[in-house]
Amino acid sequence: MVSYRGREGYWAWVLHRLSGLGVLLFLALHILDTMLVGFGPEIYNHTIETLYRNPVARLGEVVLIAALVYHTANGLRLIAIDFWEGAVFRQRQLWYAAWAVFLVLFLPAAFVMLRPLFVRA
Amino acid sequence: MASPAPALRVRAVRPLGGDFERWSWYFFRISGLLLVFLALGHVWIMHLINSVDVIDYAFVAERWRSVGWRFYDWLLLSLALSHGMNGLRVIVDDYVHSRAWRVVCLSTTGLLFGALLLIGTVTIVTFPRTGP
Repeated sequence: MVSYRGREGYWAWVLHRLSGLGVLLFLALHILDTMLVGFGPEIYNHTIETLYRNPVARLGEVVLIAALVYHTANGLRLIAIDFWEGAVFRQRQLWYAAWAVFLVLFLPAAFVMLRPLFVRA
Repeated sequence: MASPAPALRVRAVRPLGGDFERWSWYFFRISGLLLVFLALGHVWIMHLINSVDVIDYAFVAERWRSVGWRFYDWLLLSLALSHGMNGLRVIVDDYVHSRAWRVVCLSTTGLLFGALLLIGTVTIVTFPRTGP
């Protein structure tokens, strides 16, 4: 089997696609759970309680935010490459810059979201 | 730093995607830029300032007393869904080549898009206003 052993450009693309799909999948679920708001407080509150206020869901929340922030950072890198003359020759530096943006946005968010798992209320 | 690519002489050819693909290309970038603010703002408000522990029916009711927030949420919904479903369409184009399966996958994508947009819009628009 012929395998394309790409470098950062390839991985950027693969992760962009995977993160996009992940966020889209969540979005579909989220539209459906929010729809329950139209059926009254009991159903909606019960759903939020069951679906989101548990350790597995909190981890999933962090994974979701990671996917969203990566997709955003790499998306901005793509926009830079598409609209800024010469950016394509710096695409690897932009790749590192995208990861810097990712860490700056994601790490504090992950800390805030994971804290409830470790702190007793 | 990579050396500049050699100059290419290419005969101008109309791309097969035509005008739709060109529109789609711009749409990804424009919607993406708007979503940077809308989506990250949503995460900021829902997960960082608040959290899943405080979000309940009362929270939504309070938020949706404001038409401004309803519009924000609807804009986020429609842009994120269009951006994402258009992305799904591109993925289908990349991996699904048989004519029959393309019809199945692309119509499913379109139907999902329509259904989810309708559900979300109805939810936001018909939720009762609880205050003056």
